[in-house]
Amino acid sequence: MSTLQIDNLSASVGKEQILNNLNFTLPKGEVHAIMGPNGSGKSTLSKVLAGHPDYQVTGGNACMDGTELLGLNPDEIARLGLFLAFQYPVEVPGVSIANFIRAAVKSRLPEGESIKAVEFYKELYLKMDDLGMDRSFTSRSMNEGFSGGEKKRCEILQMSMLNPKYCILDETDSGLDIDALRVVSEGINQMKNPDRGILVITHYQRLLDYIVPDKVHVMWEGRIVRSGDKTLALELEDKGYDWIKEEVAAA
Amino acid sequence: MIKPSNIEIDREKGNFHYPTSKYAFDAGVGLSEDVVKYISGVKNEKDWILDFRLKAHSIFEKKPMPTHWASKDLENIDFDVIRYYLAQGQQPSRTWDEVPDDIKNTFERLGIPEQERKFLAGVEAQFDSEAAYSRMKEDLEKEGVIFVGSTEGLRDYPEIFKKWFGKVIPSSDNKFSALNSAVFSGGSFIYVPPGVKLAQPLQAYFRINAENFGQFERTLIIADEGSEITYMEGCTAPKFETSTLHSAVVELVALKGAKIQYITVQNWSNNVFNLVTKRAMAEEEAEVRWIDCNIGSRLTMKYPGVILRGRKARGEVLSIALANDGQHQDTGAKMVHAASETTSNVIAKSVSIGEGRSSYRGLVQIPGHLEHCKNNTECDALLINSDSQTDTYPAIAIQGSENSVQHEASVSKVSAEQIFYMQQRGLNQAEAMSLYVNGFVNDLIREFPMEYSVELKRLIDLEMEGSVG
Ligand SMILES: Nc1ncnc2c1ncn2[C@@H]1O[C@H](COP(=O)(O)OP(=O)(O)OP(=O)(O)O)[C@@H](O)[C@H]1O
Ligand SMILES: [Mg+2]
Repeated sequence: MSTLQIDNLSASVGKEQILNNLNFTLPKGEVHAIMGPNGSGKSTLSKVLAGHPDYQVTGGNACMDGTELLGLNPDEIARLGLFLAFQYPVEVPGVSIANFIRAAVKSRLPEGESIKAVEFYKELYLKMDDLGMDRSFTSRSMNEGFSGGEKKRCEILQMSMLNPKYCILDETDSGLDIDALRVVSEGINQMKNPDRGILVITHYQRLLDYIVPDKVHVMWEGRIVRSGDKTLALELEDKGYDWIKEEVAAA
Repeated sequence: MIKPSNIEIDREKGNFHYPTSKYAFDAGVGLSEDVVKYISGVKNEKDWILDFRLKAHSIFEKKPMPTHWASKDLENIDFDVIRYYLAQGQQPSRTWDEVPDDIKNTFERLGIPEQERKFLAGVEAQFDSEAAYSRMKEDLEKEGVIFVGSTEGLRDYPEIFKKWFGKVIPSSDNKFSALNSAVFSGGSFIYVPPGVKLAQPLQAYFRINAENFGQFERTLIIADEGSEITYMEGCTAPKFETSTLHSAVVELVALKGAKIQYITVQNWSNNVFNLVTKRAMAEEEAEVRWIDCNIGSRLTMKYPGVILRGRKARGEVLSIALANDGQHQDTGAKMVHAASETTSNVIAKSVSIGEGRSSYRGLVQIPGHLEHCKNNTECDALLINSDSQTDTYPAIAIQGSENSVQHEASVSKVSAEQIFYMQQRGLNQAEAMSLYVNGFVNDLIREFPMEYSVELKRLIDLEMEGSVG
């Protein structure tokens, strides 16, 4: 039961079918990677799991620790423990990072309970230090005018403050410089633990040098078409996707 | 996607309507010369005040509705069914148990103190703040500050107030200022002597009673040379209303080098017409700042203004308007530059939710013979769904090459992606909207005194909670 388990998931946007009978299981304590060509449906998968209202689920199930996610509101899914680090984080003008994260933490507290401000800031500052974020960032508006790399760090900061059970990181490595990639990867590695499942979506093997995955999956045309261990990523880096596409076409 | 159909608005929210309880003095229904005389008689007023009222009444009768302005909704005001004067209530017949639960909850959520809740819900006619007030009164008296109601002000201190009363806003300014001038009661009259700088804000709260929060309040604040005062009007709790027309007049006089900050946070119920005239006069090097937050009401028309009469005078209007379904906020600012080197700043933010409508109406006047005058105007509108409406009517009349104006306006919407992002972090739709709206007004709220900004934020939370299904 301690899994994020997806069975025969199909989803569409408008008339277009994007996910086709997708199967995939992420057990707690493991790190999996999904790779795949542009437009194969990786971000769509993450948004469907997070309950994005633009996508219609046309079939299948997605259970998190035994709870069906499909049909729940995005905030319910989030509070159940699914965190999505966005490929394109969204700006929220006028709302400071500190206030934003506070509101998110507060949404998880039982009615009537409030955040202890001193402890909150202590934790926030500590985690910002780890991610190499300047403390002055707390008062900046969420993602407004942030560089690509700053946005990605901020996603990881939120993830670590919210203590999720399952994390999906959608191309968190893209847009990071070499040093930032290392810092952010360390941040993600610190999140690894036996009670948490982590799914990283990436195009590049180099992220997987830092975050060593237990499994690597390849997505193509809305399905997982191949799974393997970390060597699969190396193989893809070497050969590209054509050989997999050909295999799929032949099958 | 956030579809408009998903957003349900409780139209009854804030419609706290009770039958009027018994009052010792009641001018009856409708307006006539006799009613005006009755009010003046009850107050034992001098002849000059009665004359002032009667003259205003005849102006009111003659003046047309400001039809070239806001909404046709004004035509729905039936002046014949309004009570123009109620005072000195006997014990109201309502008990706390009879107050609806949702109102009690709202008070609870806003953290309104027990005593005030009873007053606001109409359970008690008098808000007992004697202790706090008398302590403060003593301090004020030592400084020579006068802080009284309009009746006492005109009766006991005519030498101070008569000079300015009705001068900043003549009765003939508009139909509603005429109405107020005819039937005014309640409000605050304040005089701050030269050089006295009040550290604590004065609040109408200290002198709260049925009359003070009446429909036709009259306020006059005179800050003598070099003095400083902050005044806070209104309260953030949704006030129980028996009357549907509120028409106040507020006049501020800042003499040379004086500073006046006037703060209003109002949360009217959905049936109220709130038609208020507010204007200040700023002499040389004086500063006047209006901070104005309008939430609720059926129609609010309010354009605080500053007449910059002396060199280097400075005027400022910071306003926030929130219009929910069935509400129209027609607000703005008037800056009349009448001396060189005067500066004015207007920042107006409006939020329209559901079918709520916000309009900004601005006026900036800088005649050509003046030099080195500056105005900055910023209006930002936020639309919460596609049915919302917003209009800006900036009327900027500026002449003379030595003067400068800067005008910026923006309209933004909350995108579905922004809401999804916030929801993905655990906030429900209402919390997400609320956080967004708070972000939108954040830079303005920072200018407010602490306790007001906290209350305002809570108020926004509550408003958003009710507006998102
Ligand atoms: N809201 C939408 N409206 C229309 N088409 C969409 C929408 N979301 C996704 N698609 C389409 O679905 C397909 C899959 O998109 P998705 O973003 O999931 O791909 P991806 O695998 O994440 O690609 P990339 O590697 O470039 O990030 C694309 O063809 C995309 O255009
Ligand atoms: Mg993608």
